[in-house]
Amino acid sequence: MLGLGVDRLQADINRLLASLFHQGVLDEQFLQLQQLQDETSPNFVYDVINIYFDESEKLLRNLRLLLMDREFSDYKKIGLHLNQLVGSSSSIGARRVRNVCVAFRSASELSNRPGCLRGLEVVEHEYHYLKNMMHELFQLEQQRILAAGVRYPM
Amino acid sequence: MVCEMETDQIEEMDVEVLSSMWPEDVGTEADKQFNVEKPAGDLDTLKEVTIETRTIADMTRLPNLLNSTHQGSSQLTNLVKQWEYMQDNAVRLLKEELKNLDRQREEAEAKELKIIEEYKFESNEPENVPVLDETSDLFRRFRQKKRDALVDSKKIEIYEEFDTVAYWKQKALSLEKMLEASTERERRLMEKLSESLKTMESQSAPVQELTQNLKRAEGFLHFILQNAPIVMGHQDKDLRYLFIYNKYPSLREQDILGKTDVEIFHGGGVKESEDFKREVLEKGKASKREITFTTDLFGSKTFLIYVEPVYNKAGEKIGINYMGMEVTDQVVKREKMAKLREDNAVRKAMESELNKTIHITEETMRAKQMLATMSHEIRSPLSGVVGMAEILSTTKLDKEQRQLLNVMISSGDLVLQLINDILDLSKVESGVMRLEATKFRPREVVKHVLQTAAASLKKSLTLEGNIADDVPIEVVGDVLRIRQILTNLISNAIKFTHEGNVGIKLQVISEPSFVRDNALNADTEEHEQNGLTETSVWICCDVWDTGIGIPENALPCLFKKYMQASADHARKYGGTGLGLAICKQLVELMGGQLTVTSRVSEGSTFTFILPYKVGRSDDYSDDQDEFSDMADQQSEPDDTAEGYFQFKPLLGSIYSNGGPGISNDFLPHKVMLTSPIKLINGFVADPSNNTGQSEMLQLENGGYMDESKLETSSGHCPESAHQYENGNGRCFSKESESCSSSQASSEGGTLEMESELTVSSHREEEKAETEVKETSKPKILLVEDNKINIMVAKSMMKQLGHTMDIANNGVEAITAINSSSYDLVLMDVCMPVLDGLKATRLIRSYEETGNWNAAIEAGVDISTSENEQVCMRPTNRLPIIAMTANTLAESSEECYANGMDSFISKPVTLQKLRECLQQYLH
Repeated sequence: MLGLGVDRLQADINRLLASLFHQGVLDEQFLQLQQLQDETSPNFVYDVINIYFDESEKLLRNLRLLLMDREFSDYKKIGLHLNQLVGSSSSIGARRVRNVCVAFRSASELSNRPGCLRGLEVVEHEYHYLKNMMHELFQLEQQRILAAGVRYPM
Repeated sequence: MVCEMETDQIEEMDVEVLSSMWPEDVGTEADKQFNVEKPAGDLDTLKEVTIETRTIADMTRLPNLLNSTHQGSSQLTNLVKQWEYMQDNAVRLLKEELKNLDRQREEAEAKELKIIEEYKFESNEPENVPVLDETSDLFRRFRQKKRDALVDSKKIEIYEEFDTVAYWKQKALSLEKMLEASTERERRLMEKLSESLKTMESQSAPVQELTQNLKRAEGFLHFILQNAPIVMGHQDKDLRYLFIYNKYPSLREQDILGKTDVEIFHGGGVKESEDFKREVLEKGKASKREITFTTDLFGSKTFLIYVEPVYNKAGEKIGINYMGMEVTDQVVKREKMAKLREDNAVRKAMESELNKTIHITEETMRAKQMLATMSHEIRSPLSGVVGMAEILSTTKLDKEQRQLLNVMISSGDLVLQLINDILDLSKVESGVMRLEATKFRPREVVKHVLQTAAASLKKSLTLEGNIADDVPIEVVGDVLRIRQILTNLISNAIKFTHEGNVGIKLQVISEPSFVRDNALNADTEEHEQNGLTETSVWICCDVWDTGIGIPENALPCLFKKYMQASADHARKYGGTGLGLAICKQLVELMGGQLTVTSRVSEGSTFTFILPYKVGRSDDYSDDQDEFSDMADQQSEPDDTAEGYFQFKPLLGSIYSNGGPGISNDFLPHKVMLTSPIKLINGFVADPSNNTGQSEMLQLENGGYMDESKLETSSGHCPESAHQYENGNGRCFSKESESCSSSQASSEGGTLEMESELTVSSHREEEKAETEVKETSKPKILLVEDNKINIMVAKSMMKQLGHTMDIANNGVEAITAINSSSYDLVLMDVCMPVLDGLKATRLIRSYEETGNWNAAIEAGVDISTSENEQVCMRPTNRLPIIAMTANTLAESSEECYANGMDSFISKPVTLQKLRECLQQYLH
């Protein structure tokens, strides 16, 4: 609270990011996002990721609904949803989510229902993992900003 | 044997007497100091000691002196007494001895008699028994009988010879011998006695004794004084030396005796000692003094001098005794000690001071940390409030709402400002506060301060602003701080004024005296300032009121932190009591002075005088012309030189202007007050002022003409939405466009100068149908359905210095292209409704045919096609860049085949985007 942990928090953030990159959860595109963040848009990354989660949440819900339907046959719609998901995932640099989405999409292109279901499972898993990680990251970031914001007039 | 004893006794006695008397010899003082127990033992050592004669004395006069002075005579008397006493003692002892001897002799005689008596009857010597002739026979018989009885048993031989004549003869002979020996011994004793008496007489001749004693005394003195760094002397009443003893004689007898100090030595201290001696002589009282001599003879030395007056028997002063001891080392040591002690004390004081300071600093640090944290905590939510209010101000509001909102924003700003100022105060205190030099217009500042005050006025007060004509239109200073001071003072004045007037008066004064006094100190600073601008002007600002006033005894603590005139006031009027302290510190920081005069129940006047720099006239003359030109064009009253304002509270209305002459003009423009546009750049000179001005200049060079000035002035302060309008109301018909442009730009979250200008210039272009395209930014259209991608791309564009319009699908893209001209289109391939490939095909077909028939065929509803077709330049091929996700469906060949110029593979990166823009935008 008194601005003493800035360095430690930054180190934690860096460590978390490094591990996410190492696991392939994130890729360079995420760094692009971070580059875009400046004083005119201080919360850019946070905003983008939040919107991403909102959107993806909807898409995943739709996908699940579609696939749960026994009479299901609209693989094209699944493809469109997945396109969205792939696009935005690659935009924010969520590499693993994107990759599993691509796999999911190829299964949907083949009208492979079990493949699709498995794909959905994997995507959801990856998505939640990413979400948790991002949540942690932003919490750290927020703490860091708070800590860095403490200024002592000399 | 007896004899030896006797001599020993005498010796001892002698010594005893000596020991007791001899300190008296030395002097009254030495009496106690010299505790001589066994000078007898020392006698030998004294003999061994070689004593140099250091005494230089006038031998002829010394005895005289001794005879004539009390000291001298008393010493002699002492000696005589002592001798007499000694003699008495000796006589007494001799008498005792004599008595002893007599007694011994008597005893001896008695013994002899006894012996004679004993042996009489046994001796047959006739001479011995003549008297006892008659009894001799009887005696003999008796003796015989007795002898028979006694001797018989013992000595046979003797017994045998007992009766013989030889035996008795022998017996008589031996007895005679014994008698002789006894007589002889008696005679010898008598001889010895007489001899001893004789020697005693010869030994104790008074002169000899005295001389001896004197010698001893002298010897002792020498022994003691041998190495003592002492100078002793006697000087007559003319202070001429009669006697001197010096351990280190450096002068000969004739150099000293009969001369005075002054005649002998030269240099510092001599005169002083002379005077001192004279003083003692006059006062007749012995005293001591330390005198430092600096003479050629022995350099610089300090002497402790004891001087006592000497009287003769008649009680007249005849001179002084003088004793000096060299104490240079001691003095040096003492001084060192004193210095050390002083240093120590100083250090201790410093230490405690330092400790105190450290303590205070720690306290202050803690307080500041808390303050900083608190301010931060307050600032964050407050900026949220203000920010929301600003956003709210961009929405559709009616007049009333907007006015309320404006007050809300300005108040919020003020609180933010105040929080910053509290931080500033601590900065000022720690001396790290930096003042900013910005150009501003004092009249407008005053006006604004009054306006703000009037806006929140709840009493029926009249606020007046009065500015003398000689106050420059523009001056350079830290306008934020000055505004803060004014606001503080005005709100204070209003708080303590229940009816009447509150006002601000500005006038130019000559350089105040306190500055001239400090001129030397501040000289360098002044020079620096003078290096920047040519002239500086002192402006005196009075903030007066007709309020309750301040009692005189409260004036001194008025400017102290957290202090208010009285506890009652604090309860009644509230406030932190920080305001005036901040004001004073700020004023002083800016090199000015804040003073107050007040009368209870008549009102107070706070006066601060500050130096301002006046920019060179050519610096802002252009600017000035523009404004006046503009004012002429708009046929508005030019109030830059207006010197009088008046504000009265109109209940229900936020702003009021009761100023004669302008109220009529003013009211119609009140509509304008609701506009979020701030028209006057100098009005609130915020930190962005300078950059704003430079941008304005740059844009002017870029070819903007008259109208553009309005645009730039409106764009000058992007956050102008919450700024007050200055009152003269430069109102014009394009108001609404400017407003909407501002709204458009604020949509993006951050306000961009370029974007605003681009949009507005575009609108200008539309309206005026003039071609200013080459100066404007290229227009880019992004066609993309994915929100995330839009955000990212937009942000990237922003970083690259561009803005762009967004279309969410192919249909929107076509509509946008139809209604506006773009320099570049970024097209996502995979989109709902109409994908990128199809949309591109349609656009290309439009470029070729000049109509949207293909599009209409494809089901795209183009409503304004008839109107806008003319505006299009079908010959120009619009660059369309595809954004592909590199999937099978989005191959590059397909892109090219559908009329796209290039493609960027997703995800888009800054680098790719930059390259693309470089290629297609010139």
